[in-house]
Amino acid sequence: MPEPRQAQDVRGDHAPGGAQTSRGGVRAYLAGLGFAIVLTLASFWVAGTHTVWGPAVPILLAALAIGQMGVHVVFFFHISSGPDDTNNFLALAFGIFVVGLVVFGSMLIMANLDANMMPMEHALQTQH
Amino acid sequence: MSVVDALTTPVDGDTNIPLSERGPAAIEVVVGFGFWLFLLSDVVIFSALFAAYAVLADRTAGGPDGLHLFNRGLVLIETGCLLFSSFTCGLCSIAIERRSAAATYFWAAITFAFGAAFLGLELSEFLRMGSEGAGPTRSAFLSAFFTLVGTHGLHVTLGLCWLAVMMAQVATLGFRPVVVRRLLCFTLFWHALDIVWIGVFTIVYLGAGYA
Repeated sequence: MPEPRQAQDVRGDHAPGGAQTSRGGVRAYLAGLGFAIVLTLASFWVAGTHTVWGPAVPILLAALAIGQMGVHVVFFFHISSGPDDTNNFLALAFGIFVVGLVVFGSMLIMANLDANMMPMEHALQTQH
Repeated sequence: MSVVDALTTPVDGDTNIPLSERGPAAIEVVVGFGFWLFLLSDVVIFSALFAAYAVLADRTAGGPDGLHLFNRGLVLIETGCLLFSSFTCGLCSIAIERRSAAATYFWAAITFAFGAAFLGLELSEFLRMGSEGAGPTRSAFLSAFFTLVGTHGLHVTLGLCWLAVMMAQVATLGFRPVVVRRLLCFTLFWHALDIVWIGVFTIVYLGAGYA
């Protein structure tokens, strides 16, 4: 049986998802599955219940989703903040930065345009 | 350990060779990192579709809104299918690392079955919505919905095709390095689709009514 390949070289780099045996193996996936199930069920429960104060529900849903994404990154992608993951981690941080810019930038600009737009009835009247 | 320390400190078994003289990274690391960058750019594409959906979610043009269209029980089953397929995909990658063909086929088959079940449920939902007069042309909300969820479904479809091709390559070529690298990329792709789905079920399905 051949030796398991270590996806880690002399520069101390680790490939995303690589070298399962040195990163917890089956136990990491089981832990990730367990956390993900709990967080998913919590999300669906929060969305359907009246126990939680209404205005808090969207914030709680966002927190649960971000937490579950973190669980997937750590336990399924095996990305950590350790030194051999520096490149992967910096790329991830930049990706999150761009996603934040695109999503919140678009929503901000469109809400602003919407608020400044002339009401439709008024716009039709001024054409005559 | 800071970033600077990490870049300048020699790794065990490789004493005192400066970083600039250690040569290029191993090909597994380069391929894995390159595919990681591709996945992040794919997530940026999805973020643009999420932004479009967030802007248009309340523009129903007098048509049905999300609260009346979506069936949360079905979405929970879909979420479970995709999560379990992501888990079994991880077990498949352990089988690949151990070079066990039988275990690789077994976990890949389960991954494929759960992925196909997810896709079937999603298609049945799309067809039901279409038959209720809530197709993508009904309102801006539904256009954004079908674009976002449909793009994710398209990714899952392509992922299933990729998995089938990879199993054929394992059968014909065996675990040669190039096949193992492709399998690593596939497992990363499959995990990334599950991460995007977390955003979809939270914002689209559970967020319906908060637009």
